[in-house]
Amino acid sequence: MKKYLLILAGLTISLAGMAQDDVYPAPAYKGITVISNATVHVGNGQVLENTSIQINNGKIEKIAPSIQAPANAKLVDATGKHVYPGLILSNTNIGLREIASQVKGSNDYNEIGDLNPNIKSIVAYNADSKIINTLRSNGILFANVAPQGSLIAGSSSVVQFDAWNWQDAVYKENNGFHFYMPSLMPRPARFGGAGPQADPMKEAFTRIDMVKAFFTEAKAYQSQAAGNGNNLKLEAVKGLFNKSQKLFIHCDIVKEMLIAIDFVREFGFDVTIVGGSESYQMAPLLKQNNISVILQQQHSLPTSDDDDVDQPFKTPSILQKAGVLFAITDEDETTTGRNLMFNAGTASSYGLSREEALAAITLNAAKILGVADRSGSIEVGKDANIIISQGDILDMRNSVVVNAFIQGRELNLTDKHKQLNERYKKKYGIK
Amino acid sequence: MRKCKTAWLFLFAALYSSSAICQDTNPVNGVADKRSGTYAFTNASIVKDAQNTVVNGTLVIREGKIIGAGSGVNIPADAVVIDCKGKYIYPSFIDIYSDYGVAIPQRPQGNFGFFAPAQIGSNTKGAYGWNQAIKAEVNAASLFTTDDSKAKPLRDLGFGTVLTHQKDGIARGTGAVVTLANKKENLVMIKERASANYSFSKGSSTQSYPQSMMGSIALLRQTFLDAQWYKNSAVNKSTSEGLNLSLQAWNNNLSLPQIFEANDKWNDLRADRIGDEFGYQFILKAGGNEYQRMAEMLATKASFILPLNFPQAMDVEDPNDARFVALEDMKNWEMAPTNPAAFEKAGINFCISTADLRDVKQFWANLRKAMEYGLTETKALEALTKTPATLLNIYNETGSLEAGKWANFIITNGPLFAEKTIILQNWVQGDKYAVKDDGFKSSNGVYNLTVSGPTGINSYNLTIKSANAATLTGKDSLAVKYRSDGKLVNISFSPVPSAKKTVVTRESITTSDSSRTVQPINANAQKRDSLSIANTPDDKSPDLKNKQGAQRTPGQQVTTVAFSEPVIRLSGTISDNSLQGTGVDTSGNPVTWWASFVKDDVAKPDNAKKKTTPVIGKLLFPNMSYGWESMPKEETILIRNATVWTNEKDGVLTNADVLVKNGKIAGVGKNLPAAGARIIDGTGKHLTPGVIDEHSHIAAASINEGGQSVSSEVRIGDNLAPDDINIYRQLSGGVTTSHILHGSANTIGGQTQLIKLRWGADDNDLKFKGADGFIKFALGENVKRTPSQNNNRFPDTRMGVEQVQIDAFTRAKDYEAALKGPNGKNVRRDLELDALVEIMNSKRFITCHSYVASEILETMKMAEKFGFKINTFTHILEGYKVADAMKAHGANASTFSDWWAYKMEVQDAIPYNAAIMHNVGLNVAINSDDPEMARRLNQEAAKSVKYSGMSEEDALKMVTLNPAVMLHIDKEVGSIKTGKDADLVLWSDNPLSIYAKAEKTLVDGIVYFDREKDKQMRLQIAAERNRLIQKMLEEKKSGGSMSPATPSFRMMNFCEEHTHQHGLLSEEAE
Repeated sequence: MKKYLLILAGLTISLAGMAQDDVYPAPAYKGITVISNATVHVGNGQVLENTSIQINNGKIEKIAPSIQAPANAKLVDATGKHVYPGLILSNTNIGLREIASQVKGSNDYNEIGDLNPNIKSIVAYNADSKIINTLRSNGILFANVAPQGSLIAGSSSVVQFDAWNWQDAVYKENNGFHFYMPSLMPRPARFGGAGPQADPMKEAFTRIDMVKAFFTEAKAYQSQAAGNGNNLKLEAVKGLFNKSQKLFIHCDIVKEMLIAIDFVREFGFDVTIVGGSESYQMAPLLKQNNISVILQQQHSLPTSDDDDVDQPFKTPSILQKAGVLFAITDEDETTTGRNLMFNAGTASSYGLSREEALAAITLNAAKILGVADRSGSIEVGKDANIIISQGDILDMRNSVVVNAFIQGRELNLTDKHKQLNERYKKKYGIK
Repeated sequence: MRKCKTAWLFLFAALYSSSAICQDTNPVNGVADKRSGTYAFTNASIVKDAQNTVVNGTLVIREGKIIGAGSGVNIPADAVVIDCKGKYIYPSFIDIYSDYGVAIPQRPQGNFGFFAPAQIGSNTKGAYGWNQAIKAEVNAASLFTTDDSKAKPLRDLGFGTVLTHQKDGIARGTGAVVTLANKKENLVMIKERASANYSFSKGSSTQSYPQSMMGSIALLRQTFLDAQWYKNSAVNKSTSEGLNLSLQAWNNNLSLPQIFEANDKWNDLRADRIGDEFGYQFILKAGGNEYQRMAEMLATKASFILPLNFPQAMDVEDPNDARFVALEDMKNWEMAPTNPAAFEKAGINFCISTADLRDVKQFWANLRKAMEYGLTETKALEALTKTPATLLNIYNETGSLEAGKWANFIITNGPLFAEKTIILQNWVQGDKYAVKDDGFKSSNGVYNLTVSGPTGINSYNLTIKSANAATLTGKDSLAVKYRSDGKLVNISFSPVPSAKKTVVTRESITTSDSSRTVQPINANAQKRDSLSIANTPDDKSPDLKNKQGAQRTPGQQVTTVAFSEPVIRLSGTISDNSLQGTGVDTSGNPVTWWASFVKDDVAKPDNAKKKTTPVIGKLLFPNMSYGWESMPKEETILIRNATVWTNEKDGVLTNADVLVKNGKIAGVGKNLPAAGARIIDGTGKHLTPGVIDEHSHIAAASINEGGQSVSSEVRIGDNLAPDDINIYRQLSGGVTTSHILHGSANTIGGQTQLIKLRWGADDNDLKFKGADGFIKFALGENVKRTPSQNNNRFPDTRMGVEQVQIDAFTRAKDYEAALKGPNGKNVRRDLELDALVEIMNSKRFITCHSYVASEILETMKMAEKFGFKINTFTHILEGYKVADAMKAHGANASTFSDWWAYKMEVQDAIPYNAAIMHNVGLNVAINSDDPEMARRLNQEAAKSVKYSGMSEEDALKMVTLNPAVMLHIDKEVGSIKTGKDADLVLWSDNPLSIYAKAEKTLVDGIVYFDREKDKQMRLQIAAERNRLIQKMLEEKKSGGSMSPATPSFRMMNFCEEHTHQHGLLSEEAE
């Protein structure tokens, strides 16, 4: 009941036209919530029919066919509904960019310089971005916010989407570094390539060697006695060598991904490829080297005229069969990540099972980002990061999120778009 | 000498008179040395033209002209007689597409991209036209300078005459016919104004307009009109234009042969249509891919100029590099050499040119390749002589060997096109230019060699095989090194027979282009350093070379001789079949020697293998992956037992049948009779009308003409690109009709083109026949060039946008009134205003790119002021704010489902927009503006179900019936109803579901996409790729010239809206 009052209050205020500014982060909630009688999609492939979930002090305490709710518990009847782990955008610049590149003042994701491991995305993260609430409305509750740039752009952090500021939002700070591999695809001059005299491959390899040299020196730097910590850049990448931090390598074509393997072999890094549109061509090699993949865009055209017309759609199923750990993200700048679940849905139309597709935006994403101990699936002991949908979250016909919880706090699912919708429905007298 | 031309009547020629005095204005420094240049070439096979050869004939020339050619020609007493026994004489070639001696102006460095500051006017100083790319006033004759460094390579190939022009701009002025003689410009110019030249490329022009293919077309069309008007108004003395030297020249040039550099099969058609519109037949300079569309080429009725720039094989050794080379490029590599033969077969008149060759030295190799692929010798010779001469109206002066014509001819040592034939001399305007002169007098034959020294006189039998090969016999066969340049000779041999060995010499064989290229002029030069022995064929035929090529590395030798015994070394001269000189014998004693001719060497029969016609893959429509071997046919089809979304009163019918016949829907209902139809089982499947995309930019060569704020004269339909793979990809997503819009670069964009996705059809057949014309307008950030750092093009604000609209329609109104007025026929026809007049008369309809409420209201108000309606607002992301006003105005809305936040003006875009507009009563469509999203439009429509709870039927209508209504084609398409076009999609699932896949897509009752057929095609593509990759590898192995594997990038067009991912090989077009 309390919940409905809250939402009603939210709506009333929104109708006053204060677009979004009245959508408050949920206050801390240490009590018990019971979600009952749902179809629970665990995130690890399992589906539990007619199941209830008990949340206590932000954690999932119990999962059972039926739960006797304590008297003071908040009750959510999910009969006929589907419960999923909160969805995760595993690579994005949400919070660093409000309006696409045309409006420079709204952009904080691309720093000057080639070797910026000391750059941290989290300090620029805007927890009040108007985009965030529109994502929550679709069930997306977490994001790995990554900087962009040339070569080493800096470190990303995982944030949760219900926060007053970035310190509030941090879910895992500086989980890894982002290396943007120079392109190893020769470009003809008429397609923006350098002139015929230039040797772009040589240039690219020189730059890659520069990165390798940096890590070689960083390694030496880590081994030296303490007290010499005066190089911010070398100091920054410490966690790579003990695998407490990852190296995210942004690249797409086979030759680039083969170079990515070098970073596993030469430095022993924990590597994730971001992009990987051609990863299906070398899935066994990726598996062999424990390289995971974040597929950037399912809704993409095939690389070549000659490719199967549905190639990007079926790439995940090839990785799945090969046993490669992968996630699907949505970085489409015209829709700002809100179609994450439909990107996964398309993968499921083209070879993944629905639960495998779900894992690519929940548990597997959490594993890649290093937060699977706390999130990514509906399992006892994990944070209660949960969404409830009217129907299949992957299918736009009935993918409608009705409740969402982050660490047990129930979110206000209003957003700027809903508010504008209400405002103009009122104008026209539409119910 | 030119001044004598008219005096050179046949009468004089017949009298062998040399009495005419040749005069010119040039002072002589020294003593005059005028010669008549009278030569008689006797005993030659004279190929007068492709049809007539005189065996044992005589050619007589004087004063640069032919005075007799044939048998029984009298030889003037003062003629120098040149015995051409065994030789052939041909008319020298004419290159009709050259820029010899005319420099191409370079475009200045700088940023000319879309967001760079605009250059509104022309930078050409003087009383010229408004557009810098119209250079009709340029005359090659005034710019031409003789340049022997460029002439010689052409002469060496056999050319004697070229049509040269300034290769710059859209109208390029006139071309001049010049010979390749190394003489003063005055003397080599045969025809001062021989052609008018055009192209689609603005070249060095820095002016912003035009910046698109359709802009170039529009500019040409408008200039045709302007020139006509200028001419008429000059007659009427009514011009307000003043003097316009460009238009004046344009008019003057129209009487000349009109040559258009099109460079591509579709461009050929585009150019030809411009010609047709204004009553001129262009001669089309082709690109080399015309073989893919010969029926269309034939229909142009044009003569063509064919380049021989066949693509090189790519180095596809590395599979990761080969991966990015598209089948289309590999197929074109294989098939491009068939281009000339295809023209011959089709009976199309054509010339052959050296144009576009990476290196003119490739000419002969590529010409022979074309012949290997079916071009006949007769046609090849015609294409190089008579045809260009005839097209240029100079056949009375050159192009064959007849009295009165210029003495432009080549002398060869055999039939011109034979593999081993060498061009010996090229005579231009009566002057000899040596090509391979040392081969002119063959010294080949059997000689009696006598060596006289202190040890006595020894005789040998020397058989000279070529300039660097001979055999020698004393008592036995002896190893000999022989080398001659036609003047000096070196011979060395051991008088004692010895075994042959193979050693390394300095001859280097590379796999580079030049060594592979077999050319008559170089054949001997290449061999000059190689040594030869008796019994070893010196003839390194290409076949032999190919076999050995793989093992050879630079610096390594082929076949040679080493002497194990001391040698006799002779040095001397050769002339008139006698050799003599001095030398040193094996002991170091001086000797003298001489050799006298005994008899001809009996030539061995040419046992070079007859080349077989190469095996090549099938031509596909289009000639690329997923192309058809033959176009799919219309069928009678009964789709049975499907869930049919009719979009009609009946709504969604379950277990229903739909009959397709003659391209139309012939029945909808239950248990329809099969009546010979192919049955498609629709059980468990959904049948919907084909998806219609109201806003698309696929299948067009250019999309944006942003050079001006008003460009209503440009037409997308002028530049359709039917080979766009996205047609096929979108069929796989159920799309059957697309509205191809101009981009949003300017306030008033260009005329749009509605197409049906008839994959494999040509540009005309893609068009949706009989549909109303539309035009694209745009508002907001793009038209005010927001991303530009320094915009200088009006408008820069939405305030200015309104004024651009009002100004344009005000001008159009005045224009219309003037046209209807008493002086109407003298009004300059303005293509830009014509389109606007059509709008005001409801003969053309607007689809307007728009975002924010203010600009939407403003534009409707503007339209109302001029008495018309905005038919459609497209994008219209704030349509929900002013839906009531739009309804009152009568506009349709075509929007995105859920786009936002990609620019400032979409900050208030919401995914509820479509539903609100729908609920207010607007006709709403969901469009793509995106080649990727277009194939998921059904799911985009479904998002209104998710966000707003719209009914599924209404949602589907947003991508089928509703766009049909707004495009005025709902009588033909958009619903499943008897009599409508059979544009249908059979889906595997509910069409609004993420799990729905189009299994079959029909356009006009023809199955253009079938998921089963698609599976087979994938296998065929893989097989064909593999075959061609193997063939390229073979080419590499055999030492063919290679280029690096070049990824097949594709240009993609959008509204400049967004950064949606389109794959690694797509590049956003400007």
